[in-house]
Amino acid sequence: MWELRLRRPLSRPERNPANPRKAGRHVAYTSGTMRHNARLFQILPAALLIAAVVAVAQSGLRTGENFKEQPTATELQPDNRELIRPDDLAKSLQSSTAKPAIFNVGPRLIYVQAHIPGAEFIGPTSSPQGLETLRTHAASLPRNSLLVIYCGCCPWEHCPNIRPAYKELKQMGFTRLKVLYLPNSFGTDWVEKGYPVQKGE
Amino acid sequence: MTKKAAIFITAVGLAAALYFSLHRHMRTRAADSPAPAVALVDLDGSTIDLSTYKGRVLLINFWAAWCVPCRQEVPRFIALEEKYRPQGFQAVGISLDDPEAALRDFCRQYKVNYPIVMGNQKIAEAFGGVLGLPTTFLIGRDGRIHAKYVGSTDFTKVEQEITVLLKGRSNF
Repeated sequence: MWELRLRRPLSRPERNPANPRKAGRHVAYTSGTMRHNARLFQILPAALLIAAVVAVAQSGLRTGENFKEQPTATELQPDNRELIRPDDLAKSLQSSTAKPAIFNVGPRLIYVQAHIPGAEFIGPTSSPQGLETLRTHAASLPRNSLLVIYCGCCPWEHCPNIRPAYKELKQMGFTRLKVLYLPNSFGTDWVEKGYPVQKGE
Repeated sequence: MTKKAAIFITAVGLAAALYFSLHRHMRTRAADSPAPAVALVDLDGSTIDLSTYKGRVLLINFWAAWCVPCRQEVPRFIALEEKYRPQGFQAVGISLDDPEAALRDFCRQYKVNYPIVMGNQKIAEAFGGVLGLPTTFLIGRDGRIHAKYVGSTDFTKVEQEITVLLKGRSNF
């Protein structure tokens, strides 16, 4: 014997004692609303599955390795595979494997107070002069060098420097480019976490 | 504990975790240290000594005109200055990494009603290091740093703290 819970219980006149399936503990949908809800529960899982497949496919198209065209300012979302988290970079710097080249593309006043050990100061790449400096410093590097760029001047989504630097280096052909993801600032996401710093020029 | 209560508590906990993880404002309390005695130079070339503001509640805002969240805060600081200056409040903006001409244009455009000074490494380090913008300090009438805000300022909170500090007695 089976029983379905109805949103609206069947009223006494709706029960059909002549039909043994609807009598006693056997109940069935009798209203159009309930038949509609049943169809919805059948369609919904399929719709969710399709949406999930589309979302996965689109996220794959947004990754750096799948670029077929120039990156735009909408790139570098937090889930981008070319981002590197502070803890991962810190571990990489402490390991014995080859260290990446690190470029700081933020303001000098923040760089001189504290920067990642070994980071080369490029300066703000929000300006044409800054981009020219970046090109000059990057020109001698093999294009398959492991290169990390970072800024941390202000909250990630507002940083005027990191995206132009990223775009420029991608256009130059760097294939192993990583961008240090600092969601709040260099101070909050690197220094206050206790990762290594250097001071001065 | 009933099942409904457990679900409710879990939902509230998840909502709170989501809120704090998405909230960009970070209020880190300074070590209750005295405000540094630094000499600042404004856009007219005049020297401003922070000690001249003794007995007042000071808001020191490190910012830059190219910094989007910094620019968004300036009208709020202007409003605070207008509202609380008669009660002993003073805002000071310290610009990091801006050309003077760009600063003058900005101040003119926004009708900034508080001093804007040029910052440098020494000033930033005097405040314990400014490693991100915007960074804002609240200094009480006693000349001690009461709070430090890194990132966009929660103005509701700041205004509440200003009113509390304004009621405090000056130890100068």
